[in-house]
Amino acid sequence: MSALIRIQDLTKQFPMGGRRFTALDGISLEFERGEFSGLVGPSGSGKTTLLNIIGALDNPTRGSAIVLDRDTKTLRHREAARLRNHNLGFIFQTFNLLSVYTVFENVEFPLLLLKMEKSGRRKAVMDALEWVGLTDKVDMRPARLSGGECQRVAVARAMVKNPKIVLADEPTANLDAENSHNILKMMIGLNREFRTTFIFATHDEKVIGYLKRIISLNDGQVVRDEEP
Amino acid sequence: MLTLRLAWRNITGAGLRTWLNVGVLSFIYVLVIWHQGILLGMQRHAVNAMISDEISGGQFWCRGYDPFDPLTIEDSHQNIPTDLLSLIDEETATPILVRPGTIYPKNRMQSILIKGIDPDQRILDIPSSDLQDIPHRLPVMVGKTMARKNGLTQGEEFVIRWRDADGTFDAIEGHIVSIMDTIVPAIDQGQIWVPLADLQELSGMAKQATLVVVDQQVRGLPAAKNWVFKDQANLLRDVNDMVNSKRGGAVFMYIILMFLAMLAIFDTQVLAIFRRRREIGTMMALGMPRIRVIGLFTLEGILLGILAIGVAAVYGIPALYYTAQKGLPISDDTSDWGFAVASRLFPAYSAALITGTVAIVMITITIVSFLPSRRIAKLNPTDALKGKLT
Repeated sequence: MSALIRIQDLTKQFPMGGRRFTALDGISLEFERGEFSGLVGPSGSGKTTLLNIIGALDNPTRGSAIVLDRDTKTLRHREAARLRNHNLGFIFQTFNLLSVYTVFENVEFPLLLLKMEKSGRRKAVMDALEWVGLTDKVDMRPARLSGGECQRVAVARAMVKNPKIVLADEPTANLDAENSHNILKMMIGLNREFRTTFIFATHDEKVIGYLKRIISLNDGQVVRDEEP
Repeated sequence: MLTLRLAWRNITGAGLRTWLNVGVLSFIYVLVIWHQGILLGMQRHAVNAMISDEISGGQFWCRGYDPFDPLTIEDSHQNIPTDLLSLIDEETATPILVRPGTIYPKNRMQSILIKGIDPDQRILDIPSSDLQDIPHRLPVMVGKTMARKNGLTQGEEFVIRWRDADGTFDAIEGHIVSIMDTIVPAIDQGQIWVPLADLQELSGMAKQATLVVVDQQVRGLPAAKNWVFKDQANLLRDVNDMVNSKRGGAVFMYIILMFLAMLAIFDTQVLAIFRRRREIGTMMALGMPRIRVIGLFTLEGILLGILAIGVAAVYGIPALYYTAQKGLPISDDTSDWGFAVASRLFPAYSAALITGTVAIVMITITIVSFLPSRRIAKLNPTDALKGKLT
């Protein structure tokens, strides 16, 4: 079976002052469909950078990231946007909900970009909100939700289009223990039900406890890749 | 369609911020239209007053006559050609004889023009019928500004002196029979009106005139030898130029208002891109192409302009209608303005004025919305997601 994501000898450097800072240093990895894996490591180890490159939000300096058979480095802006729109879901540490939209509209947003017709869109949004248990809050704005509820909306938004890959950057960092566990259980459920590939960037022990594959990064290099 | 829907959602969701911008923009729409309407109303009023009181359908001038060159007045008198006489007989034209002269009101001397007009004429809307015969004295009509500036009152008498056709000075006692309520300076200031036949007789210029005013209804004007026809457009050129020069001064006000509109939108857009950079990054991460994000922000600015049109219509139409009906009081002395100005100015709002103003403001808004939005194209999505600007 061919890998969903293939990272080959990937290096990412950033200009820093007059020098270049190496965030990722010659990383090679593969992710299969249905994985529930995490990039684990301290701050500055390169987790978010790798997640951004997989998500076609950033380009590697050297090497390649082949996502769904497409080299992200060669994608144009529009093609990268299309790849994200159709196949990738993002979950952020700070939720990144659109503040002027209601819960329903936030979850609906990716489907609008996909130009899905109205009735199908409504059903998909309500289904997604049902998974995360927020059907009673569809008309609320994010400002009126708790942190846990906001992250559940973000999960629904990432999952509503049934993407092949979900990239979650520190999804529990702003949540208390109970909410973190609830969110993670929900993600496990979605992973099982839809065989969606989840890749986390985290250093939260609560998340690490749920991972089926742990890739430890340090100073931009993979120091360990294990299945606990 | 999607971008439009999202833009609408964004601006309606932004609440007070949106309505503040819409309020400022709508105020600018109304103010610009009102300001331009005043100038248009002023121009229309001046033109209508001139057509009614002074020029009607146009004027035949005897060769050499130039009302702006006093040296030409002395010799500007000729026999009225037969072609024009037939129009006068049909009461579709009226002759006017203009002679230089001097009056001595209240023992002061003032150079004036003496204008002879047929008291029975109906071409010009001035009270020439007041010029009734008075034994041994010449009936005189003056404009209200002329009367006010020289302290003249109805029934007052003063000496009038002029040169006859032989160049000999002559004088007569003039008696003011009427003070003409006109706002047209060209038939008011520095002149007196007397019966045409009397002036022709006193000047020794029987059957002569300086100009012949033609009724507006006349079609197919005759060609009169040695007389030059000046049509309405020609005679109104000066007043139009004067109003346009005032309009030129108003450009400053216009620029300030447009600058305010630009500032309202530009500021909103720049602030929006700064404040909403995380939102921009999120939209990109969710798969929205950059060009569409730029389009979204530009469209939000345009929608603010369109919303402002609606809001401006709600309070602007009644306000503008009220001022158009009731008029605006202006300074008592407008004699130095150089053209007819009434004591109340009635703004006029044409469809061209309104659509033109809306179009100019909308074009400005579109440009000013787009310019800061271009910055999104350079925005790195990963930095935007962190709330950084690159």
